[in-house]
Amino acid sequence: MSKQLVVETVDLTKAYDGVTVVDKLNLRVEEGEIFGFLGPNGAGKTTTILMLLGLTEPTSGVVRVCGYDSTREPLKVKRITGYIPETVGFYEDLTAEQNLAYTARLNDLAEWLIPDRVGESLDTVGLSTAADQKVGEFSRGMKQRLAIADMLVKMPQIAILDEPTIAIDPEGVNQILDLIKKIAREHNMTIIMSSHQLNQVQRICRRVGIIGKGRMLAEGMVEQLMKDALGGGRFKVEIQLAEVTADIVDRIKQINGVVEVERSGDLLLVGCTQDLRPQIAKAIIAGDGSLIGMKIKSYALEDIYMKYFHEV
Amino acid sequence: MRGLMTVFGKELADDFTSWRFLILFAMVAVAGVFTLYIDSQNILAQAAESNQFIFLKLFTTADETLPGLLQFLNMMAVFFVPIVGIALGFDAINEERNSGTMSRLLSQPIYRDAVINGKFLAGVVTIAIMVTSIVLLVAGVGLRMIGVPPNSEEVIRLMLFLVVTIFYGAFWLGLSILFSIFFRRVATSALASIAVWIFLFFFMPMLAGIVANFMVPLEEAGTEVYLSNLGIQSAVLQVSPVRLYQEAISVILVPGARTLGQTIQILGVGGYRLIPNPLSLDQSLLLVWPHMVSLIALTAVCFAVSYIKFMKEEIRA
Ligand SMILES: Nc1ncnc2c1ncn2[C@@H]1O[C@H](COP(=O)(O)OP(=O)(O)OP(=O)(O)O)[C@@H](O)[C@H]1O
Ligand SMILES: [Mg+2]
Repeated sequence: MSKQLVVETVDLTKAYDGVTVVDKLNLRVEEGEIFGFLGPNGAGKTTTILMLLGLTEPTSGVVRVCGYDSTREPLKVKRITGYIPETVGFYEDLTAEQNLAYTARLNDLAEWLIPDRVGESLDTVGLSTAADQKVGEFSRGMKQRLAIADMLVKMPQIAILDEPTIAIDPEGVNQILDLIKKIAREHNMTIIMSSHQLNQVQRICRRVGIIGKGRMLAEGMVEQLMKDALGGGRFKVEIQLAEVTADIVDRIKQINGVVEVERSGDLLLVGCTQDLRPQIAKAIIAGDGSLIGMKIKSYALEDIYMKYFHEV
Repeated sequence: MRGLMTVFGKELADDFTSWRFLILFAMVAVAGVFTLYIDSQNILAQAAESNQFIFLKLFTTADETLPGLLQFLNMMAVFFVPIVGIALGFDAINEERNSGTMSRLLSQPIYRDAVINGKFLAGVVTIAIMVTSIVLLVAGVGLRMIGVPPNSEEVIRLMLFLVVTIFYGAFWLGLSILFSIFFRRVATSALASIAVWIFLFFFMPMLAGIVANFMVPLEEAGTEVYLSNLGIQSAVLQVSPVRLYQEAISVILVPGARTLGQTIQILGVGGYRLIPNPLSLDQSLLLVWPHMVSLIALTAVCFAVSYIKFMKEEIRA
């Protein structure tokens, strides 16, 4: 049985003064999935998200969220959708609790329910101790977590997060991503997360859409995209040599499982289907080369994305 | 409706706990009491001359040579009410945009007009409470000073004065909210409101004079020419909320509104001759009714423009 579509756009287009920034975008997100919305700066991620929420009007095309047309019935969409904007802001003179209580009231939550709901939300993101602190005193990371709590207050079915990890330190990023994952699982929430930090998206999203210059370049399961993009070359070994000779390159190319060898200066980049470091090291020594260093990395979305992006 | 009341409640709480409110309140209160002190000296001297409206003079009399343009009244008109209105509204929308709260606010299930209306209503209530308490303060202190209680008509006139003043403040609030929608920067929107304020106070009368002289040159002397010139000046000034307010409160607070000969003529209520006897309450009401309607209409224009701009606007932050 196919799952219900939560977000669906049909030929969604947005032009500013004749310049098309979102171009016939067809996006489909199913219930309960964490969808990564990827693209470089200026690709049109934020613009698309604004159209999903009815915060800006499409030039043409249709947006439906849970069956409601975001342009015609924005209030119904907003009732079931939580949104964390790119640059989230709070009333700095109010405490965390007061800020969230305001959101709760705007969502018609009964007054007697508010303290509990706010408390739970703050608890989930680990900010209960800062509940009575003014938001003006919060750090960037705390504000971002507060934004998640703010979204939880209304118990949305769908959460749309626009670059939730922007300007957060690496440890903070992991915390936030884990938090998002946990929330999605516990509340069976559908999540759309935009980012240009590809390794982060890879961490929590099973399915991604890659957008460039307003067009959907690729969409699908991460694994599938990788295969399509890389023809099986899942790993990349970066080798630093004292001197790169044609002989060594030939020897490496002959190793079973090596897909490609790329040369840049005294660096060799070797794409392969599995971890072939021992074989490569042997080949270098056999070719009389002097190995300075060798690094392996598994192909990340970044590389897929780079590939697609170069095609635009 | 819930959305409107929620925004209203939050904004009202903000207004009342802000430094801004305290400063404005202190400023207006000090000005009021200070003027009152100077006034009371004059009134006590005048009281001997027996006048029907002794108590009202607290709010008007400053100097015998200036019977119509009286000090406290003019301070209210010229300075404080517009400042209070502007101060409460100049950053209403753009500050929320700049601090990134607007997109969070508008992603909640509320209509956009609830945001404007809630902020406007909260501002009006703040102005109402501020103006009322200051008038009460001045009245109370004045009562102690001159020891003559107000008669019932005077009380009604004071209440009318309050109502007109609140509407006047509402206009400035509406205008400054309009600018806060149009200009992204808070400093710009504040400046724009103040520019309008200065224009209406200082340049509008000059402009009216120029327009009148252009249409009816005063070269050939004669009462007819002079009067139609004045008539045009007056008509031009009628579009200024400042003038509307000044005239309205003069009629309300100075029942013997002698300086209003011109207005009364234009409005077709009386002759252009000076009025020897004080106007009755319903005559006064009749006279200020169009002023009130015009003030409300001007505020409505600000709102209409605000809606048009704000309703469909893209909210990026
Ligand atoms: N109001 C506007 N008027 C004209 N062009 C705009 C407007 N807003 C955005 N754009 C353009 O639309 C394009 C897409 O912008 P958008 O903010 O959607 O990108 P993004 O994918 O969110 O990028 P980022 O990763 O930097 O947030 C950009 O080229 C931008 O210049
Ligand atoms: Mg963006």
